[in-house]
Amino acid sequence: MTRFLVRRTLLGLVVLWLISVLVFTIFYVAPHDVARTLAGRQATPQTVELIRHRLGLDQSLLHQYWTFVTNALHGDLGYDYYHGVAVTSIIADAIPKTLSLALGASVLWLSLGVLNGVLSAVRPRSLADRSLTAASLFFYSMPTFLLGLLLLYFVYYRLTVAGFAWFPAGGYVPLTEDPLGWARSLVLPWLTLALVLAATYTRLTRGALLDVLGEDYIRTARAKGITERRVTLVHGLRSALTPVATQFGIDLGGLIGGVVVVETVFSIDGLGREAITAINQQDLPVIIGIVLFASTAVVVANILVDVAYAVLDPRVRLN
Amino acid sequence: MTGSTFVDEHPAPAAARDGGPARVAVEGRGPWRLAWERLRRDRVAMISAAVIAGIVLVAVFAPLVAAVTGHPPDTQYRENGLTPDGLPVRPSTTFWFGTDDLGRDLLVRIAYGARISLLVGVAATGLTVVIGVAVGLAAGYFGGLVDSVLARIVDVALSFPFLLFAISLVSITGPSLTITVFVIAMFAWASVARIVRGQVLSVREKEYVEAARSLGASSLRIMVIDVLPNVLAPVIVYTTLLIPTVIVIEATLSFLGLGTPPPTATWGGMLNDSVNYYREAWWFIVFPGLALLATTLAFNLFGDSVRDAFDPRAGRGST
Repeated sequence: MTRFLVRRTLLGLVVLWLISVLVFTIFYVAPHDVARTLAGRQATPQTVELIRHRLGLDQSLLHQYWTFVTNALHGDLGYDYYHGVAVTSIIADAIPKTLSLALGASVLWLSLGVLNGVLSAVRPRSLADRSLTAASLFFYSMPTFLLGLLLLYFVYYRLTVAGFAWFPAGGYVPLTEDPLGWARSLVLPWLTLALVLAATYTRLTRGALLDVLGEDYIRTARAKGITERRVTLVHGLRSALTPVATQFGIDLGGLIGGVVVVETVFSIDGLGREAITAINQQDLPVIIGIVLFASTAVVVANILVDVAYAVLDPRVRLN
Repeated sequence: MTGSTFVDEHPAPAAARDGGPARVAVEGRGPWRLAWERLRRDRVAMISAAVIAGIVLVAVFAPLVAAVTGHPPDTQYRENGLTPDGLPVRPSTTFWFGTDDLGRDLLVRIAYGARISLLVGVAATGLTVVIGVAVGLAAGYFGGLVDSVLARIVDVALSFPFLLFAISLVSITGPSLTITVFVIAMFAWASVARIVRGQVLSVREKEYVEAARSLGASSLRIMVIDVLPNVLAPVIVYTTLLIPTVIVIEATLSFLGLGTPPPTATWGGMLNDSVNYYREAWWFIVFPGLALLATTLAFNLFGDSVRDAFDPRAGRGST
């Protein structure tokens, strides 16, 4: 287990290092002039020169990369180009919103996906199975932003017009101020993310559980007279959950993308929306900061998932 | 993960069972023929193929749609295409699908949008598959150091937060069709490479590969002539399922303003414009949304059928 952990962490570090190189290359080495961009359109050549010097752009690439990495490691991600706010504090402000969105959605999509998958698998080819399979294919094909827009129109707008103002159109209410308002403001964003992602898990759980239920040890368990419910949920589901854990690790990276989209549709000022705003304003330090931070989060989360995976399935540790 | 379901290289026995009632003299039918025949008999496959063909026709004949309605895609009808308040007008005999926020004909723009979706879908998928197959072939065939290095690169590529890098890259280069294709391929090739590598590992030990090698065939020749055709089935299945994913990514990038820039009509871009008008103009969300959803759904259904055709034991019919 220790060896597995060490190897997994090393790979994570390699990924992080590559990400830092890539971000650095995209923003500093790419054939464009950072100082020019930062200085704005009306800058005099002297200003550009000053900025270039202050950013250390007149030094060697290796030296620049070194400064870039050491600053980032010391928690210094620079300052917002427009308001002079520290990028770290922008990120700190956005974290609770993005985390509320992502965590709530993960819980919802994992439970929805696994539950539907089990329901499908215990009665293959039944009406319930067929409708769940059709529904998951439908949501699997649905782009996240489209589902968000449709929920916004049909659930928020039509309901509100009809006199049931249950959900706000967007925005974010802090959990500490008003827990109920927090949940209400997040129900539609959660649903948007969860329905699209749950579809994959329904398909995955169904397939894996159907495979597992055909195994000899399941027949043995049945022969011992264990109830069908226990056989399915305890003996079957445990090994059927391994591909689910793998997929969850893969989807964490994709979740960041989903978060960007959902935050944009529902006007939540989380990391994703900040990143999009920063891009539209060409606010480089903010873009770099968010990309670095989010990538690190994904890499760390991936390691955690892999460890959970190794706990779930002892075979993983061996190879 | 999906790749592992295709280890069945000799579907012939299953086919013999299939052909049972037909009592035709036993005739050698290759796996390709068999897959094709299964696909032909699959009603869902034929219907989704017809839908895809319809969308392709609309895309190809988009100028014809513009000619029939008399509305070029980028022309703004400020008098009859907008209400006195400057809002989109609803569907009518003049504008069958209504207009957008600038008074442009939605139907015509949806037809032109199909071009971008399909073009990016096919081009990015093609590039992805070419890179993925090349890397996977090399890694699997040569093994050893080449394999270790390539496998690590694949691991790293798979754990990158894709959308964030797309965002960073586009923020530097500016959005364009080429960048969209490039960005998607840059991040999608790794899963193809992984699938191909796994397949090549089993094929390269076969006698016919050894025979070719002992006859003095070059590595390149063996890879292309002997190995590639035998790993093609899972690649084709994966490719058909990759197209809808790529179409969704393109739409998402356009929705975020990072895809093909306006005034070019894209489904994602149209849906982005509709965000501020969903209260007044349902058609502005519903029609582009339906076009996008119908496309991804048809490709996913077709992809599932192709998978079933190559491996009847996997997918819908599995027990």
